[in-house]
Amino acid sequence: MAFEGLTSRLQNVFGKLRGRGKLTEDDVNEAMREVRLALLEADVNFKVVKDFIAKVKEKAVGQEVLKSFTPAMVVIDIVNKELTELMGGTQAKLAKSNKPPTVVLMAGLQGAGKTTLTGKLANLLKTQNHKPLLVAGDIYRPAAIKQLEVLGGQIGVPVFTLGDKVSPVEIAKRGVQQAKEQGNDYVLIDTAGRLQIDEALMDEIKQIHDAVDPDEVLLVVDAMTGQEAVNVAQSFHEKLELTGVVLTKLDGDTRGGAALSVKAVTGCPIKFASTGEKIDQLEAFHPDRMASRILGMGDMLSLIEKAQANIDADKAAEMERKMRTAEFTLEDFLEQMEQVRKMGPLDQLLDMMPGMNKLKNMPNFKVDEKQIARTEAIVKSMTRQEKLKPDLINFSRRKRIAAGSGTTVADVNRLLRQFEDMKKMMKQFSGLMGPGGKGPKGGMKALKNMLGKGKGGMKFPF
Amino acid sequence: MSFFKRLRESIASKTEAVTSKFKEGLAKTRSVLTDRVAELFTRRKKIDDAFFEELEEILIGADVGVNTVMELIENLRAEVKKRKIEDPSELQPILSEKLMDLLRGSGEDASLKMDPDGITVILFVGVNGVGKTTTIGKLAWRFKQQGKSVLLAAGDTFRAGAIEQLEVWGQRAGVDVIRQEAGSDPAAVMFDAVREAKKRGVDVLLCDTAGRLQNKVNLMEELAKIHRVIQREIPGAPHETLLVLDAATGQNALQQAKLFGEKSGVTGLVLTKLDGTAKGGIVIAIRHEMALPVKFVGLGEKMDDLQEFDPEQFVHALFAGLAGNGENEGE
Repeated sequence: MAFEGLTSRLQNVFGKLRGRGKLTEDDVNEAMREVRLALLEADVNFKVVKDFIAKVKEKAVGQEVLKSFTPAMVVIDIVNKELTELMGGTQAKLAKSNKPPTVVLMAGLQGAGKTTLTGKLANLLKTQNHKPLLVAGDIYRPAAIKQLEVLGGQIGVPVFTLGDKVSPVEIAKRGVQQAKEQGNDYVLIDTAGRLQIDEALMDEIKQIHDAVDPDEVLLVVDAMTGQEAVNVAQSFHEKLELTGVVLTKLDGDTRGGAALSVKAVTGCPIKFASTGEKIDQLEAFHPDRMASRILGMGDMLSLIEKAQANIDADKAAEMERKMRTAEFTLEDFLEQMEQVRKMGPLDQLLDMMPGMNKLKNMPNFKVDEKQIARTEAIVKSMTRQEKLKPDLINFSRRKRIAAGSGTTVADVNRLLRQFEDMKKMMKQFSGLMGPGGKGPKGGMKALKNMLGKGKGGMKFPF
Repeated sequence: MSFFKRLRESIASKTEAVTSKFKEGLAKTRSVLTDRVAELFTRRKKIDDAFFEELEEILIGADVGVNTVMELIENLRAEVKKRKIEDPSELQPILSEKLMDLLRGSGEDASLKMDPDGITVILFVGVNGVGKTTTIGKLAWRFKQQGKSVLLAAGDTFRAGAIEQLEVWGQRAGVDVIRQEAGSDPAAVMFDAVREAKKRGVDVLLCDTAGRLQNKVNLMEELAKIHRVIQREIPGAPHETLLVLDAATGQNALQQAKLFGEKSGVTGLVLTKLDGTAKGGIVIAIRHEMALPVKFVGLGEKMDDLQEFDPEQFVHALFAGLAGNGENEGE
């Protein structure tokens, strides 16, 4: 593997720290060197990294980490807090004008994903019962207008266009005018991609800005951008007084250092993150979650949110009891699997789990939804008795199950073995999560607290 | 430094126009990377840890990959020790030469592999928004200028407006586009396109594909399928599979090269938007860490701004300033 994720990298560093009782200043320095490297490899701008490391070092010393009982936890905590702050502190929402329509102007380099994002944002606003109008201001890229029209058609949002022969300034002006006349409360103006050093085009977008006086100016940044992200953000900020940033293509395997840099350099909050190709895959950006994800604590908050939206609390409570008392059967297993699948694509869920990034990067580990379907088929081919007492399943039953599910006996064997292992693991896991038991990670504890307060409470068998 | 003289002579034999394209397109990279290195070497009077750290930052700041930079710095430290160098100015030519070695690689042929007798099929792959369709448009124009007959395959059936975008480029270049409806199976489009190309007996078939992130297993499998379909119809095709990379991409570019390489057998790279960014640096990392040649670079927005990558031109455009200094020191 050429790269380990930033997450696993930091885990390695602090794993070393965690293993020791006491820390010397050299240990902290060594850890900081690793953090620095990891951040640089994640494309965080080197100036930002420098400041960051200096800050963390200073705080680490100030808090007498060296004498603390669990110094590693203190260091992680400081790094976590500083990361969160670097990415914007608390969550920022989309602006809303007192005098509708609220005008939103998009800006960014070519290929950052402005047009797609404009469509996604309109979709989001529409689901919130707003009446957005899309304005096709990219007259340069071939078929950019057509792209926006198709997106608008998909989500049922009107698109204002004057073709590609009218100046974008005029298009923007008349677009806003039409929104006023037709009572749209949001106007989203798509613009052509431009390099921050292209003076003519930068002047043009400035003119658009002056003509429509937007309430929100969003810079669309590709999450894969390297060191240049800082220069791009700075130039656009100087010209347009940005009010926010949107990160796109965050569902890739990029480590997203751009997210860290952009806010630090411009002071603009990151308002949204685009996490997939479908029109509804746009999420509010949560700096705290991103920070703990980077630190290897997993994005537990997002996971909990997803789980709560999809999992029946009573069923979950019952499941938890079964798991603790090891009454868990193959039938429960099947149900559990269905519940988990409802939360979304498995690889995305795994991304949010602490430590799972490491697993994902292993060469022979592949998230395969088909495999899950096969597993389901196998379990469904069992009789109820077999599901309750897997010990019953002898060779001839295995053969029947394999034939019934279109798999092989080897597949059935593997599943049964996995199920046994899982049961064993669950016992350990529930011991870990039980009262008085201390989870190894802060995220676990937070999860437990969260769940304790919620009705029923639930735990995950993975 | 006879090395620089040789470089200059070999470049002098090339046309002025191409040289100036490279020089203009890389002006920003030069000012960020080369000028800052030169400034560092004149300002610092001693070679110490602070010196190396600053050098490291300049190189990383230009997106030369972290691994590559670390290796480079290690090498330099070793040289300093071995040769007992104290003055930074003595180290400068060593750095220049090492950087250029990295860029030149093993000196493989950067030109496209063409089938002189039959149809040459070139498949374009890459993540979203890197400029695949635009590159195909420019390349179609280029082949057309060379008097070749060209056909385009609209394989991006996913993104809204992608087919229309390719058609506009087709009109500009005067080239036909084979297409199906949006949302159809891209492998089927390729099948049609290859059949049509055979029927018409064209020289070059350029195949567009939808942008995809390299960690999406299913989409990458789709790419492998497209590859198979083309191969089945024309043995030996695609003759080139070009990974299109946005020059502003950071370290993720290496990951892209790796994963696309595994799934679609990438044979070369196209580096786009190199003019606007300070980041020629990633070229150094890619050449060092991947065994893939850079075939084309996008140095501007005009039709003819897609240039064949010429390592010597690239080196010259980047390090002209450094070379001059190095020679003065030597004399």
